[in-house]
Amino acid sequence: MSTRKKVLWGVAAAVIIFYCLFPIAWIVSLSFKAPSDLSNQSFFPSALSWENYELIFTGSASDLFLPALRNSFGICLIATAISCLLAMFAAYAIARLDFPGKTLILSTALVVAIFPVISIVTPLFNLWRNIGLYDTWPGLIIPYLSLTLPISIWTMSAFFREIPWEMEQAAQVDGATTWQAFRKVIVPLAAPGVFTTAIIAFFIAWNDFIYGISLTSTEAARPVPAALGLFTGASQFEEPTGAISAAAVIVTIPVVVLVLLFQRRIVAGLTNGAVKG
Amino acid sequence: MSTTTLPPTKKTEPVSAPKGGISDRARSERKLGWLLAGPAFAVMLLVTAYPIAQATYESLFDYRLTDPDNRSFTGLNNYWVILTDTLWWQSIGVTAFITAVTVAVELVLGFGLALVMVKALRALRPVLRAVILIPYAVITVVSAFAWQFAFDINSGFVNSSFAWIPGVAADTDWFGDRWTALLVICLAEIWKTTPFISLLLLAGLAQVPEVLQEAAKVDGATRWQRLWRVTIPNMKAAIMVALLFRTLDAFRVFDSIFIMTNGANGTESVSFLAYRQTIARLEIGLGSAVSVLLFLAVVLIAFVFIKLFKVDLAQARGE
Repeated sequence: MSTRKKVLWGVAAAVIIFYCLFPIAWIVSLSFKAPSDLSNQSFFPSALSWENYELIFTGSASDLFLPALRNSFGICLIATAISCLLAMFAAYAIARLDFPGKTLILSTALVVAIFPVISIVTPLFNLWRNIGLYDTWPGLIIPYLSLTLPISIWTMSAFFREIPWEMEQAAQVDGATTWQAFRKVIVPLAAPGVFTTAIIAFFIAWNDFIYGISLTSTEAARPVPAALGLFTGASQFEEPTGAISAAAVIVTIPVVVLVLLFQRRIVAGLTNGAVKG
Repeated sequence: MSTTTLPPTKKTEPVSAPKGGISDRARSERKLGWLLAGPAFAVMLLVTAYPIAQATYESLFDYRLTDPDNRSFTGLNNYWVILTDTLWWQSIGVTAFITAVTVAVELVLGFGLALVMVKALRALRPVLRAVILIPYAVITVVSAFAWQFAFDINSGFVNSSFAWIPGVAADTDWFGDRWTALLVICLAEIWKTTPFISLLLLAGLAQVPEVLQEAAKVDGATRWQRLWRVTIPNMKAAIMVALLFRTLDAFRVFDSIFIMTNGANGTESVSFLAYRQTIARLEIGLGSAVSVLLFLAVVLIAFVFIKLFKVDLAQARGE
């Protein structure tokens, strides 16, 4: 490549980096603005202020934010764990065993993945109120499976198809049962795929908003995205912009850390699941 | 116009599947298969098929939670009420508009991003990959707030920074008018979901055989011709999959609208309409009917894509 071309692609890359990061930079900058500074109409704060973070961690918004943060972590981690466990067995069967119904399971996962969430919320809202699951952790974990399980099955079957299965046969020749071969040979080989799937499933659960606002009513189970919509300012006459920005930055930190640590795997997982299946 | 693709290669059958006559081993393999995949399958049915069946049933009743004793069977009346209401058609229009605009822009933009990722210097690639994943991983609600605050009349920087653009002034109320509000909603959606499309297209680009590019170059094809007659035809499957997923996803748009306008000024999408009927107004019967109609719309879109555009998921998966 000529130097001119290199520079050109370099500039294009810089534009992409700017495009991807500026809304994040904006909300970070906003979170460091003091209340009096919020309407300064400029991108940057005139002075750094930790006031918004104090508001959500120790101040008046902490009653809303801290339980929501705990709920979000708890509910998303449990939902991710359950769907990965279920998907792991299913994906092994799909990638490895020959049985009728493989296509049925994969197409069901596809249909569930494109399902409009709101169509599930409506009946669940009524049902959950009747059987006492409304505003509880299980009341969110169960519907979250409809978000995380299909993508887990697709992504994991894609990963499992690339595993060298001769190793399993070798173990079976050596006298291992199907179950032993699965547990002792395949599980270590499959672990990276399972891990990547877990990250993607966690992103999806972490992102949920509709279930969060529809199926909860108190801080007993309300997750962060839903709580963000309910923030109020320090007084009734103050806009909650600062507190929302600070909370938004806090909930963005975990996903950014995961992205930075595991970017290569996440890209492989996303594209494998959708394109190669 | 002629396009150039490689002939499909034959795949070898997996060695573990002997055909003809069910042996004991095959039978136990089947049993194990369903034993392992069964629970996941059952859970998926339980969390979707059951609710949609329940919604279909409830959509046939005049039923609101504020007045539960007066529940009465009304047949298809709820559907009649919805389909003759301008609110429904307006929300369909808004949803279709957002879907068409965002998917079209994202496809072009995503293709550009994918091309840059392919061509960028090796050292830049991991950086680009990480950076491009950030909009994908950020919570939609957070992205909606970021865009809302940026365009907000009080806290935003857009009005003061872009005052040189005709039509933008210090007192431009972006969320006070239907089309400007929809514009900001589309911008937020595009920012958030373009990376996903570009990653799918990137995977598609990687599947275009290098030999074809070389051959076209030798035959004197211009850069533009190579793009349209070699690159794009060879990654058609990936493009279609990306289009299908994003269209269905865009059609369910809800979070950004809820945060930015709360459905005001004619910016209500179909999902938002269903939410408002059920959760806010407790009209279970009417809300269920909207949900069922939305579901049918999504099924219709998927059907059109798969039948009309012949999206072949198996081919896209390289089988």
